[in-house]
Amino acid sequence: MNIIDRRLNPGGKSFANRQRFLRRARAQVRKAVREASSSRSIKDAGKGGEVSIPAGGVHEPHLHRSGQGGVRDYVLPGNKKYVQGDSIARPPQGGGKGSKAGDSGEGEDEFRFALSDEEYLDLYLEDLELPDLAKRQVSGAKSVQWRQAGYSVSGPPSRISVPRTLRHSMSRRIALKRPKKEEISALREQIEKLEREGGQFDELVKLRKELEQVILRSKRIPYIDPVDVRYRRLESNPKPIAKAVMFCLMDVSGSMNEHMKDLAKRFYSLLYLFLNRRYEYVDLVFIRHTHEASEVDEQTFFYSRETGGTVVSTALFKMSEIIRDRYPIDQWNIYAAQASDGDNTSSDNAVVLGQLRDVILPICQYYAYVEVGMDDEDDHPGAGEPSTNLWRAYRRVSIDAPFAMRKVKHRRDIYPVFRELFARRPEGVAADGA
Amino acid sequence: MTILAPDSKLLFKGADWDFDLIRRVHDACGEIAINEMGLDPYPNQIEVITTEQMLDAYASTGMPLFYRHWSFGKEFARNESLYRKGYQGLAYEIVINSNPCLVYIMEENSAMMQTLVIAHAGYGHSHFFKNNYVFKQWTDADGILDYLEFARGLISKFEERYGHEEVERVLDAAHALQSHGIHRFPRKRMPDLRSEQRREEERRLHGEQLFNDLWRTVPVGKRKTGKDDDARRKALLGLPEENLLYFLEKTAPRLAPWQREILRMVRMINQYFYPQRQTKVMNEGCATYVHHRVMNRLHEKGQIDDGAFLEFLHSHTSVVLQPDFDDRRYSGINPYALGFAMCCDIERICTKPTDEDREWMPDIAGNGDAYGTLRSIWANFRDESFVSQYLSPQCIRSFGLFNVHDDEVAEDMNVSAIHDERGYRKIRRGLSKHYDIAFRDPDIQIVDVDLAGDRKLILSHRVLDGMTLEEADTDKVLQHVADLWGYDVKLVEADDAGTVRAEHSASPRRPFM
Repeated sequence: MNIIDRRLNPGGKSFANRQRFLRRARAQVRKAVREASSSRSIKDAGKGGEVSIPAGGVHEPHLHRSGQGGVRDYVLPGNKKYVQGDSIARPPQGGGKGSKAGDSGEGEDEFRFALSDEEYLDLYLEDLELPDLAKRQVSGAKSVQWRQAGYSVSGPPSRISVPRTLRHSMSRRIALKRPKKEEISALREQIEKLEREGGQFDELVKLRKELEQVILRSKRIPYIDPVDVRYRRLESNPKPIAKAVMFCLMDVSGSMNEHMKDLAKRFYSLLYLFLNRRYEYVDLVFIRHTHEASEVDEQTFFYSRETGGTVVSTALFKMSEIIRDRYPIDQWNIYAAQASDGDNTSSDNAVVLGQLRDVILPICQYYAYVEVGMDDEDDHPGAGEPSTNLWRAYRRVSIDAPFAMRKVKHRRDIYPVFRELFARRPEGVAADGA
Repeated sequence: MTILAPDSKLLFKGADWDFDLIRRVHDACGEIAINEMGLDPYPNQIEVITTEQMLDAYASTGMPLFYRHWSFGKEFARNESLYRKGYQGLAYEIVINSNPCLVYIMEENSAMMQTLVIAHAGYGHSHFFKNNYVFKQWTDADGILDYLEFARGLISKFEERYGHEEVERVLDAAHALQSHGIHRFPRKRMPDLRSEQRREEERRLHGEQLFNDLWRTVPVGKRKTGKDDDARRKALLGLPEENLLYFLEKTAPRLAPWQREILRMVRMINQYFYPQRQTKVMNEGCATYVHHRVMNRLHEKGQIDDGAFLEFLHSHTSVVLQPDFDDRRYSGINPYALGFAMCCDIERICTKPTDEDREWMPDIAGNGDAYGTLRSIWANFRDESFVSQYLSPQCIRSFGLFNVHDDEVAEDMNVSAIHDERGYRKIRRGLSKHYDIAFRDPDIQIVDVDLAGDRKLILSHRVLDGMTLEEADTDKVLQHVADLWGYDVKLVEADDAGTVRAEHSASPRRPFM
């Protein structure tokens, strides 16, 4: 008998099968993931978890009899009260009557399984991107690309180039006339032969001396000398990267109620998740405003409360100020997302529009405006949408500008709207928008 | 682990185990299983694995290595989900019919569980695999692991060469047909090339000896046509053929050689599992009976203490639990329960028979050699014959078995037999039929190909007792058949009277080329 401890064997043997499964069910899993997202809390938005997909898509058909019809006999255990000849009402159709239904194991409509965080996010954020990431810059120590570039005489052992090293060794051995193995063994044989035959003493002495010389020589000239060794050399190339900054502007004034704030925060948490995961070089700047704007950290942005009047232009001014101070426009791709209930001091609208049209949009790659509203506002679609101050003002931004605006009234709209705003566009379209 | 007193006969104390203990336990179980019970198992190879590895093994039908396919990933996801939520425990072991017999044991098992598992799998299943005639006839225990290795290599080579998607399509089609990719009867061996050549030589010589030019002048009748052509065509194609995969592999006109290779591989692997489906009750019964005997003997000999024995009884009783038909947990007859009960019953009949037993099983009643009788039964029967031969009235009574007759034209179902004098035989016959694979799998055959016309492939399902095929699934499978065949396919469901119950047909959507 043998005992083998397999516990240390690498796990994840069915990883390849799982990938194949997910690829197979991709469309359904993606749909399930997106549907699941609307019912999740903000914090769990990016976590993996259970999804269920319709079993039909991953069903494996085989030839078997149907569960109904015909003449059947079942042998069942555990009789308590029946005697021969009793009648039993047929159980409702579809019930797992008898052993046949138990055997097949089919019949479930949903297939539930757990996705890991990685898999979940991959599907969740699939096909999203920042539009028009145009300005690329050579900067930063991190963005180097390593490239194979010839050979060097020093390097780590893992990069030894064996063919190159052996080639050098061979040419050196030839140049220095290192005796070959065959030569040595030929000499040895000759000596042995002479020894066996006897006589020719002088010849023998001469040969022995020669052998000694040859062996000494082969020892002095090593097979591989340190001077032969070559390493595959890598060259570092600084790689241009696209640096981007995303400004998150949020209205936290008194007119925003809890529902609206929740919507806005959900929107930003999606944005945050997306940028953090997909882009290594994206700065996030959080600005919130009431009648005055301030730059805050993400903790404050998402979790602390404040209240006051509403002057939207303050946030825009704050944004231009920060850009001037920290983000030279020739080096940074600038994005902004603004969320508001659309309420603004009426005298401010012209200022907002001017600032946006003349200062911000020309330097922005993309500006997304999300208007959050109450759930019940779409009760009277016939009456035309009651548009807010800000909505009316933003409508006057020219259509050529890299500007998009959407309304969100319900939690379930957030993700679709988000996808719409940041969906990957075909190359040509993106170029037009710039 | 507690240090045992040097004079203690106990194999272990407490729940912890180490490799030394496994070895001791293995030898102690062997002492009982081989020397006392006379079993003849394969040598064992015991492999210790983790929970995750067990889930991995589940996904590939218990085999240590398997080719890659999404359905195994699905299986894994399902099991993992059930396991994590606590709906489903994991098996304590997996055993593989190979030589040496591979026994996987989980690291979480207690020392007692390891003992149980070694007795169950390493001696019970292993003896059964090695000696049962179905396994002997159908499986090559020496070659299976090599073959799986080959299959896995083959599939990944094809994936590299022809792309994942193409290979997946062929595998999907092959999997859909795998229940009908089995040779149910041992076939004549194809003569090898050398003997073929020799036979050709002999035929020629024979012809030369008999040559007589006169025969040429004998007038012959008109050449027969019609019906004979039919028979000739069918004979040439080897029809009718119930092994659908085999037929498609050999005959489908448009498959590429590598696609045939995949069909063949799926067919071979499936053939290996064929005996397992026929011997579930016996196999588990044998293993459960063996572990029960071994544990009892270990306890009697003082090699395991009372605590471990009670732990064993707890786990044993939950394994052989048979929920009643109206219980929420009921999902068919538990093969462990039925197999174990029947083996115990046979032991009782051999040693302490009643008059009833003498009447029902005169050949074994009171012969006194329980182990010998069981060994010969384990060697020479499969589930269907085992039940029809050895399900005793005593056993039927203790399970409270009853037979329900369900005729779709009648308004209600009818209890046609219960566990009484009049019902025993009917119940025994009914249960035996339930385990008869020839009855359980629908009888589907390829009957003809329209060679003169549009090459339509015609299959037939022989409908038994009015039970037709499940429609949605059948259509999907037929689609796969059509894709493999490359032309239209028709499946006719007819009963023995010739009445057509249903017809399905499919045209190739994306034929394989």
